Amino acid sequence: MTEKRKYMTVPRESATFDRLTMAEIRRAADTGIYDIRGAGAKRKLPHFDDLLFLGASMSRYPLEGYREKCNTSVTLGNRFAKKPIELEIPITIAGMSFGALSAYAKEALGRGASAVGTSTTTGDGGMTPEERGQSTKLVYQYLPSRYGMNPDDLRKADAIEVVLGQGAKPGGGGMLLGQKITDRVAKMRTLPKGVDQRSACRHPDWTGPDDLEIKIKELREITDWQVPIYIKVGATRTYYDVKLAVKAGADVIVVDGMQGGTAATQDVFIEHVGIPTMAAIPQAVQALQEMGMHRKVQLIVSGGIRNGADVAKCMALGADAVAIGTAAMVALGDNDPKWEDEYQKLGSTAGSYDDWHEGRDPAGISTQDPELMKRFDPIEGGRRLANYLRVLTLEAQTLARACGKNDLRNLEPEDLVALTVESAAMARVPLAGTSWIPGQQQTF
Amino acid sequence: MCGIVGLYLKNDKYESEIGKLFAPMLIAMTERGPDSAGFAVYGDAVEDGIKLTLRHEDENYDWAALAKDIETALDTKVNWFQNSKVAVFKVGVDAEKVEDYLEQNHDDVLVMSSGKSIEILKEVGLPERIVDMFKLGEMKGSHIIGHTRMATESAVTMAGSHPFSTGLDLCLVHNGSFSNHNRLRKELQREGIEFDTENDTEVAAGYLTYRLQQGDSLNEALENALKTLDGFYTLTIGTKDGFAVVRDPIACKPAVIAETDDYVAMASEYQALTTLPGIEDAKVWEPEPARIYVWERNGN
Amino acid sequence: MSTNNLAEQTSAFETINGVGTVDLSVQTVRDLNQALHDQHDDMTIEKWDVLNPKGHHNLAVGVNQKLKIDIHGPAGYYCAGMNQEAEITIHGHTGQGVAENMMSGLVRVKGNASSAAGATAHGGLLVIEGDAGSRCGISMKGVDILVKGSVGHMSCFMGQAGVLAVCGDAGEALGDSLYEAHIYVKGSVKSLGADCIEKEMRAEHIEELTELFERAGVTDQDPRDFKRYGSARQLYNFKVDNAGAY
Repeated sequence: MTEKRKYMTVPRESATFDRLTMAEIRRAADTGIYDIRGAGAKRKLPHFDDLLFLGASMSRYPLEGYREKCNTSVTLGNRFAKKPIELEIPITIAGMSFGALSAYAKEALGRGASAVGTSTTTGDGGMTPEERGQSTKLVYQYLPSRYGMNPDDLRKADAIEVVLGQGAKPGGGGMLLGQKITDRVAKMRTLPKGVDQRSACRHPDWTGPDDLEIKIKELREITDWQVPIYIKVGATRTYYDVKLAVKAGADVIVVDGMQGGTAATQDVFIEHVGIPTMAAIPQAVQALQEMGMHRKVQLIVSGGIRNGADVAKCMALGADAVAIGTAAMVALGDNDPKWEDEYQKLGSTAGSYDDWHEGRDPAGISTQDPELMKRFDPIEGGRRLANYLRVLTLEAQTLARACGKNDLRNLEPEDLVALTVESAAMARVPLAGTSWIPGQQQTF
Repeated sequence: MCGIVGLYLKNDKYESEIGKLFAPMLIAMTERGPDSAGFAVYGDAVEDGIKLTLRHEDENYDWAALAKDIETALDTKVNWFQNSKVAVFKVGVDAEKVEDYLEQNHDDVLVMSSGKSIEILKEVGLPERIVDMFKLGEMKGSHIIGHTRMATESAVTMAGSHPFSTGLDLCLVHNGSFSNHNRLRKELQREGIEFDTENDTEVAAGYLTYRLQQGDSLNEALENALKTLDGFYTLTIGTKDGFAVVRDPIACKPAVIAETDDYVAMASEYQALTTLPGIEDAKVWEPEPARIYVWERNGN
Repeated sequence: MSTNNLAEQTSAFETINGVGTVDLSVQTVRDLNQALHDQHDDMTIEKWDVLNPKGHHNLAVGVNQKLKIDIHGPAGYYCAGMNQEAEITIHGHTGQGVAENMMSGLVRVKGNASSAAGATAHGGLLVIEGDAGSRCGISMKGVDILVKGSVGHMSCFMGQAGVLAVCGDAGEALGDSLYEAHIYVKGSVKSLGADCIEKEMRAEHIEELTELFERAGVTDQDPRDFKRYGSARQLYNFKVDNAGAY
């Protein structure tokens, strides 16, 4: 017996057929339907952690904190609109729908954003009075589904965001199964209660930038050219998309990388379509610069923004502002370890829970269940979000000051280096310690 | 993404003013396509030999010298005239001879089109500029198709502009976006079709050329195109005797057709047709998806 | 641009016999829409004439007052888009998306409508006296649409609520992915879309059509000549066996 044991091999897990993959194959065999979940791409991707700032040195002098100002404000949409949006910080709250989130969660987002002078965005379900009431600057999304779309809300909005796609599912639509459509949601969306929601993947009355140009004019005409029009795209062929968005007449362009979250879509979509946020930004900036539109048509970037370093790096690469979605939810209390018992009952664990479409969120945020909703206090949530936004801002300022900048938008790519070949190529900054930027001979 | 327009005259009533009728149609599509514009006009046919539209970057290029060279080298007569950067050459031998000669001896001269009556003119800039530059308003002919371009996935260059020539007296304009053109381009290259740009429309043009070379009729080539080309498209094809219109099976890109006793006109937007004579009483309809519409003088 | 200054007002439009008149060969589409929007708070001019529309886009969009607007000629895309309360008549053909997202009111097209007529509209009545192009009533959310001619392919795609009545024929894939919109067609239907089936015409449906014809001022149609189409509701909750429909 002892002889045998000395020579037994150690169980070896396959990298190709790892536990996750095998479990998914079993689940598919059980149910006959694709897996649907929320959140963005979860696998490891080249991201901002691979970039580093070159701080002060003999040739660059840092700024003192507090006394020596580092400006964070930004104006969005001054290309055509009579009333551009003035933000005190370059961090906005991305579009998340009422329906995906509870009314209290939307209220909290409004409270938190308003406390620090930034904007929130409606989602695929329309504008709620709670959000309009709390949010001092509200961007109204214009989506393929047009759920709840109406001109009165359009006129109440501070900006309009025409959504072509989002990072989690560029080109997405199709069947979203198991979404519980409650009375209030059903009424707002003009859908029968309890059905599985089908989402259109294209807008119903235009396809292509030539027709989008006419649609944008329509939206401007309806709102008497008062408010900025944003165009949001999921990051895919970003260079061409940004050029076309400018040609179609956008005031602001929002580019959402594959780390960007969603309430629910097919897992296969989230993980395998779209490009990392970091790879999209230089393309977008190049497109704007070539058209002489950098800083004239503003660029908002989203998808996996988590801390002030991410914010500062996006600004350095040329963005005018960033948007947060998943991070805002976590700040509100999503996936908090205090609900661990409940997550376990749902077959998950705090930090991993992403079946938001099932409407059973223990944190009471991504649900319409009245009992669960009660667990979430919108005022406390608003306070937490405001705190988090302040920290993001202070962290970004700290890094900017260390690089000698008196304005976040004075950060530039030359302030950055990369730790890996991939991140150097994607962000188009040199590998640390070298002057090498891979892939530079083959730009668009 | 773009605007496309076409005007086909059923009789000779408006032949002497086809350019005058067509110019406002092209200009009406400016917002859809501000990057570049082009058109193919059919008229002034040659009996023998071939008509070529040639282009040179240098507006002061010595076309007279080129004409003499061709006359000498190919032992034939050349009649020619210049229009801005383009010159129309009528040569008494067949197309292949001239094109080969030019390729070998004057490769800085671009052959924009060849055939019995087609002339293709295109340029970077606003449609209004193209109209002025080539004096489109003064042109005569039997039919004409045109295009205004908003570049999507390739560069804004003259070469990337439509119409694309697909063979003798044949050309193509396109509104929309193909999705499988890259693989198709490689396949066609293996079959001997040459491409000058990364443009998706050029691939569709090349595909039609290939099918026609394989012996397809125009209808058959377009039937095959419907099966092979993937993406969103409204296509207008110019032929020696008329034009054809076809939309993909999903048909999201716009197209409208107006017909009277004297003409058939097509456009991406109705507003391009409002200046045509008799438009108030014209039969107006939208072409069905995946159906080939052809209007030609000798037959349909 | 909202002003009580008569001199400033007359630069955007003229008042001829009490009718606000905008000539688009002289004024702009912006002038037109601003003048119409200015009527919202305080309606001083009820009737409006739009001259020389020549297929311009975005005519009379975002109107939110009980105006009576006549457009004398062809309109381009999105004419009467997001209409609220107004009665808008287009004396000619109209482009893509007429009355898109309309909330209430009446839009009448004397000629043909292009694709996506009445797209995502929530209420009101859209009457098309000629033909409508493809995707008529796409994603409709409560509007009623009456087409005297025929409609193109993919009409009433994902239709959620409201009535689409077609006196002529319907193109391919009628009512694909239908929710609860009611579809009535007198002529032939080239093909039905996913989850759309023919349904029984009962007394309440005859009544619904009768009332629709009355509102639309249509007197030469008999509801009993129409067939009803509706959702089979098989796609409401996913079943493995339906996977082929996707």
